[in-house]
Amino acid sequence: MSHSDPGTQTETATVGSSSEDLSDLLVSQQVSYRQLLYLRFLRNKLAVAGFWILAILYVVALGAEFFAPYDKITRFGDILAPPRLPRFVDADGRFHLRPFVYAHEKGRDPETLRRTYVADTTERYPLGLFVRGDEYEFLFIKSNVHLFGVEGAEVFLLGTDNQGRDLFSRVIYGARLSTTIGLCGVAISLVLGIIIGMISGYLGGIVDQAIQRGIEVLLSFPSIPLWLALSALLPLDWSPRRIFFFITIILSILNWGSLARIVRGLTLSVKNEEYVLSARMGGGGRWWIIRRHFFPANLSYAIVAATLSVPEMILGETALSFLGLGLRPPAVSWGVLLQASQKVSVLGVAPWLVSPVAFVIVTVLAFNFVGDGLRDAVDPHSRF
Amino acid sequence: MQQFIIRRLLNMLLVLLLSSIISFVVVELPPGDYSTVLRGQLEAERLAPEQIEAQVKPVIERFALDKPVPVRFWRWFTSIVTFDFGYSMVMKQPIGDLLNERLALTMAVSFVTLVFVMVVGIAIGMFSAVKQYSGWDYLFTVIGFIGMATPNFLLALIILFVSVMVFGSTSVGGLFSAEYLFAPWSWAKLVDFLKHIWVVVVIIGTAGTAGTIRVMRAQMLDVLSEPYMDTARMKGLSSAKVYFKHGLRVAINPIVSSIGLSFPGIISGATIVSLVLLLPLVGPLLLDALMSEDMYLASTIIVLLTFALVIGNFLADLTLAWLDPRIRLEN
Repeated sequence: MSHSDPGTQTETATVGSSSEDLSDLLVSQQVSYRQLLYLRFLRNKLAVAGFWILAILYVVALGAEFFAPYDKITRFGDILAPPRLPRFVDADGRFHLRPFVYAHEKGRDPETLRRTYVADTTERYPLGLFVRGDEYEFLFIKSNVHLFGVEGAEVFLLGTDNQGRDLFSRVIYGARLSTTIGLCGVAISLVLGIIIGMISGYLGGIVDQAIQRGIEVLLSFPSIPLWLALSALLPLDWSPRRIFFFITIILSILNWGSLARIVRGLTLSVKNEEYVLSARMGGGGRWWIIRRHFFPANLSYAIVAATLSVPEMILGETALSFLGLGLRPPAVSWGVLLQASQKVSVLGVAPWLVSPVAFVIVTVLAFNFVGDGLRDAVDPHSRF
Repeated sequence: MQQFIIRRLLNMLLVLLLSSIISFVVVELPPGDYSTVLRGQLEAERLAPEQIEAQVKPVIERFALDKPVPVRFWRWFTSIVTFDFGYSMVMKQPIGDLLNERLALTMAVSFVTLVFVMVVGIAIGMFSAVKQYSGWDYLFTVIGFIGMATPNFLLALIILFVSVMVFGSTSVGGLFSAEYLFAPWSWAKLVDFLKHIWVVVVIIGTAGTAGTIRVMRAQMLDVLSEPYMDTARMKGLSSAKVYFKHGLRVAINPIVSSIGLSFPGIISGATIVSLVLLLPLVGPLLLDALMSEDMYLASTIIVLLTFALVIGNFLADLTLAWLDPRIRLEN
């Protein structure tokens, strides 16, 4: 790898006692390649932090029904209500260990005619864990227990949208589509990229030339305009599931090209390695060599490149849905949620509608950190 | 050198042809063709059948809609290459009039952004490497990471948000002051344009700048550890000379060679940012065209953007070959 990551140098310079333990370990016992990758990955603190953020995110997204305080379609009468956060200090200035919320009175400002919500401070409603609320069915289990919630009043961590639905709950449900679309899309481009890249690198000659020109054409398209055009072709009456499927394909159409290039380059370099020559001299067949030498050599790099391209997919979906050409309501994704904040007039009245941006950015950052960590881990030139 | 130019030129023509085939497929994908769409529109306007035929016929004639696919493609391709874009039925205006200024502005914004990304990215990257592990270095690394993770349209949204919440404005400037909006181009308008453009350039360019900073920093760190840097210093050269003549010239290569690759990202960025901030670039026009199923206008926009990109890449390649003898003399 020609440009080593700046992070590597920082890490190698600052590893303390843990690296000594590590080198002791390496000296004292044989460590398999997989263990080595694992140990190297652990060394990068940011990558580990990113990994945990993603792990939490995916668990929450998977169990959205349980983790979200309300259902994604539950409507409250409170339209565009500002966030109602749990408080510790009541109206009289007394501190309570258990967080609570107040109920709110609806009203209208006589001058601006805007909706107003005034807290009714006479009674406190304590925040509880494992609170019963909206019914849901998760993995064939019917339940109504939510991780947290309030009985008798509402807790809106991020306020409500223009139909009075809890934005925080919708962000959690939205995480499901937003995070899976990246993984599915990358899986498609990973398969395409590895197969086409290996064919291109291994066969060489005219096949290689043709594939390389094709990829060049793909990479010379501006992605957003082409994505917009392709997703505008999807009929309006399709089911959300079908649209999700095709949006994923559209997003990976442009993506596999760069992956195939990387795999091709690796295949070319492996092709001339002595151990491949020796395998061939030892009577290894073409298929055996591909399976045994090319595939493992490529896989780790391809996975790294794929991890680094997940954010691109997530952002692509967000952008498309934000513009109204991606996933459409009733499907909930971060892009769909951000659609509401498109208008400046709305933004002025309900600034909290922009909060899904934070979730997108954190997810993308986490993926970048994990990708960087993985890249350093598989880099044979990185040292302990 | 001549051989290199000819090879790149042929390659460029091939890419142009292939990319227009793909764009053409996009136009052809929806059921029915342009004449069916037009006929439907005219029928909705309750025109007499003869009148409809009179309007549809020239369209069929013009795009050879009754001919086989290769003929249709060729007719479409030649009309675009000769800048004869025809008439948008949805917008009721010649496409040329709709596009010209927006396309030129898009190119201008993209080009300024490219320059911004390169200059700022290289300068900060170099500075970070020279002052490795200093407070500035950490600051720029953090900014770089966050900048890379914040896509330009979200950044546009955030800036929109801040300007609404903090400054109480109802829009983010746009590209011109109100008095120049419809004025013909003049020196004063150009100055006004440059005053407004920087917000847009920063928004579109942040992600690219962040990436450039990271690559440049890593490259420069590699170069700094080379023995010839010590030699240069031992010869008694000033720091500036050592860093710029011996460091920068070597470290900058991968960045210059990736200019062509970063251009699509910038044009994409300009498209989507112009949609969020409602700038008079091609973005809003493209979205309108797609929403009203004016596939012909949409594909014209995509093809022209791609052409601009491919030609930009070609120019970048030539610049690189001119800068770096290794590429010029390869093969």
